[in-house]
Amino acid sequence: MSQVASTTEAIPQRSRRRDLHLADRIFYRVVKGTAWGMMVLLLSMIVVIMTMAWPALKEFGLRFFVTNDWDTLGDSFGALALIYGTVMSSIVALVISVPVSVGVALFLNELAPRWLSKPVGFLVEMLAAIPSIVYGLWGLYVLAPFLRSEVQPFLSEAFGFLPLFEGPPLGVGMLCAGVVLAIMITPTIASVCREVFAAIPVAVREAALGLGATRWEMLRISVLRTSVSGVVGAVILGLGRAFGETMAVTMVIGNIEQIKLSLYEPAQTMASILANQYAEADSDLHLSALTAIGFCLFVVSLVVNGSARFVVSKFEKRERGEV
Amino acid sequence: MKTISFVPFAVYTFVLLISTQAVGAQLISGAGASFPYPLYSKWFSEYRHVDKSVKINYQSIGSGGGIRQFLKGTTDFGASDAPMKDKELAKSKQPILHIPTTMGAVAVTYNIPGVKTSLKLTPDVLAQIFMGKIKTWNDPAIANLNPQVKLPEKQYIVVARRSDGSGTTYIFTDYLSKISSAWKEKIGTGKSVKWPTGLGAKGNEGVTGLVKNNPGAIGYVELTYALSNQLPVVALKNKAGKFVVPSVSSVSAAADGQLKELPSDFRASITNASGQNAYPVAAFTYLLVHQHMPKEKGQKLVQFLKWAMADGQKMAPALMYAPLPKSLIPKVMKKVEGISFK
Repeated sequence: MSQVASTTEAIPQRSRRRDLHLADRIFYRVVKGTAWGMMVLLLSMIVVIMTMAWPALKEFGLRFFVTNDWDTLGDSFGALALIYGTVMSSIVALVISVPVSVGVALFLNELAPRWLSKPVGFLVEMLAAIPSIVYGLWGLYVLAPFLRSEVQPFLSEAFGFLPLFEGPPLGVGMLCAGVVLAIMITPTIASVCREVFAAIPVAVREAALGLGATRWEMLRISVLRTSVSGVVGAVILGLGRAFGETMAVTMVIGNIEQIKLSLYEPAQTMASILANQYAEADSDLHLSALTAIGFCLFVVSLVVNGSARFVVSKFEKRERGEV
Repeated sequence: MKTISFVPFAVYTFVLLISTQAVGAQLISGAGASFPYPLYSKWFSEYRHVDKSVKINYQSIGSGGGIRQFLKGTTDFGASDAPMKDKELAKSKQPILHIPTTMGAVAVTYNIPGVKTSLKLTPDVLAQIFMGKIKTWNDPAIANLNPQVKLPEKQYIVVARRSDGSGTTYIFTDYLSKISSAWKEKIGTGKSVKWPTGLGAKGNEGVTGLVKNNPGAIGYVELTYALSNQLPVVALKNKAGKFVVPSVSSVSAAADGQLKELPSDFRASITNASGQNAYPVAAFTYLLVHQHMPKEKGQKLVQFLKWAMADGQKMAPALMYAPLPKSLIPKVMKKVEGISFK
C-alpha cells in the first residue's frame, strides 16, 4: 500500500519535468540562472570584502574590535568607538521610535475612523520614501539648532544629574542622530506592526469585548499580548535599517571617534566612517581597515535581518495554528 | 497623425546622431579630485567646441580614488589635490607627471554673535584655536589682534572641521604643520587627521551648516565655497607680516611668491608662501599624466592641456577658481611639451 502511494506521488513529479515544452524549459533555465546568480553575487561580495579586509584583520586581530584608536596618519586602527556609535545611536532611535510606531499602528488599525486612517497611514509610509540626504540636511539645518536652543537646555535642567545629558549643548551629536534615525525607522516599524495587528482574528477581539473588557483592555489582552513576537520582528527590521543608515547620520552625528555616555557628545558610526573616509583613504592599511568595518556591518545586517525573519515566521506559524 | 509618424523618425535620427558622435570621437577618461570638478567639467564641455574629435570623460571620485584608478591603469589621467607621495609614485611602472591646473585655497569662516567686521588672526593663534588651547573668543590672544572688534564675553569657541577625507583638510593641516611645531608633532598633515577638538561635518556644506547654526563656531571651507556663499572670512597674517583675506588674486599671488622655490616636478606645498599679497593657505591641484603615452590619445591630451593653460585659465575666475600665475604658465607648458608618444 505504501509502495503504491509513493509511486503515484512520484510520477507527476517526474513527468512534470519531461513534459515541459521547449519554451518552458528555456524559461526554467533562465529563472533558475537568475536565482543562482544572486547567490553567486552575494558569496562573491563576501569573498571580495574578506580578502580586502584581511590585511587589517591580520595586523590588528581581535584588537581591531575591542580597542578605540583610529589614527589614519599613524596607521593604527581599532573600531570599538564606531561599534559603540552604531549600537548607541540605534538604541536611542529605538527608544524614541518604538512607542511612537506601536502607537501609530494601534491608532490607525484599531481606533481611527477609516477616512482618517487611510491618508494618515499613507503619509506615515511616505516618510520612508524621503531620501536620506534630505533627512541629513534637515537634521543639520533645522533639527540640530532646535535641539541646541530648545530641547537640550530643557533636558539639562530637568535631567542634568544623569550622565546621559551632560556637557554643553551643541545640537549635533548622538541625540540628534538618534532623533533623525527614529523618524527614519518609524514607517518601517509602524507598517509591519499594522500588518501584525491586522492578522489577529476579529473573533479574538470580540471575545475580549464579550467578556466585558474596555477598549483599552481589549487592545492590551487580545491585540498587544498576542502580537509580541510580531512587534519584535518589526523592531528588528527597524534596527537593521538604523544600523546601516549612512548619509543622514553622517550629517548630524558630529563624526568623532570617541566613547562618551553623554548623548550631547559627537560620535561616529561604522556606516558614517565609511562614508567619510573611504573615498580619500590613501594608505593600504587604512583602506583595509575600512573594508573590515564594512564586513562587520555586513555580518551585523545579515544577523539582524535573519533573526527578524525567524521571529516573524514563528509568529506567522502560530497564527496558522501550527505551533 | 503626422505627429505620430514623426516620433519614430526623430528617435531614429537622435540615435544615429549619438552613435556617429561616439564612433567618431577619441574618448579620453579620467577620474579624481572633486574640488576642481566644476572647472574641469566646464573645460571638458567647452573643449568639445574646440576639438570635436575628442571626448573627455571625468568622474569626480576623490583624489585618493583618482590616484588608485590611475595607477591601476583604468583611466588615462588622474587628478589629485595633494601631490602623489614618493611611495605611490614608486608603484607606477612608468614615470608620472604632475600638471598643475588651478589653485585651491582654504578660507577660515566664523560665527561670532555681534561681530560684523573681518576678524584678524595670526598663524599661531589659529593653530591654538584648532588645537583647543584657546577656548573662548575674548581670550587676550584674539582680543589683542582685534582691538576694533567687540568680542563677546564668555563665548566658547566651537571648532568645526571636515569629517570626510578631503584635499581641503590636507591643505589646512599642511599649513598648520608649517607654522606650528606642536601641530606637526601631535597631529600632522593629512586628508583626515586625528583632531584634538571640535565637531566633524561632511563636506563644505556640512561645515558651513555647523558654523552658521552654532554661535561661537569657527571652521574652514574651500575658498570657492566661501566666496560663492559670501561667508565671513578671517584675514590671516602671511609670511610677509600682512593680514590678507582669501580671494582669487591673493591665492594666485601665493603661487607667484613661491615660484623660485618650486621644484621642477611641481610637487610642492605652497602654503605659508612668501610675497606681500600672498594668502598663506593655498595649494595647487594637479592632473596626473604619464610621461609616455600611446600616440593618438597622448597627442589629443597634450593639445587639451595646452588649451587649458591658455584659454582654460581665463575661465577660472568666473567660477571662483584662482588661475595659475602668468609666471608659472611657461614652465607648465614646457612640461606638457615634454610628453612623448609611443
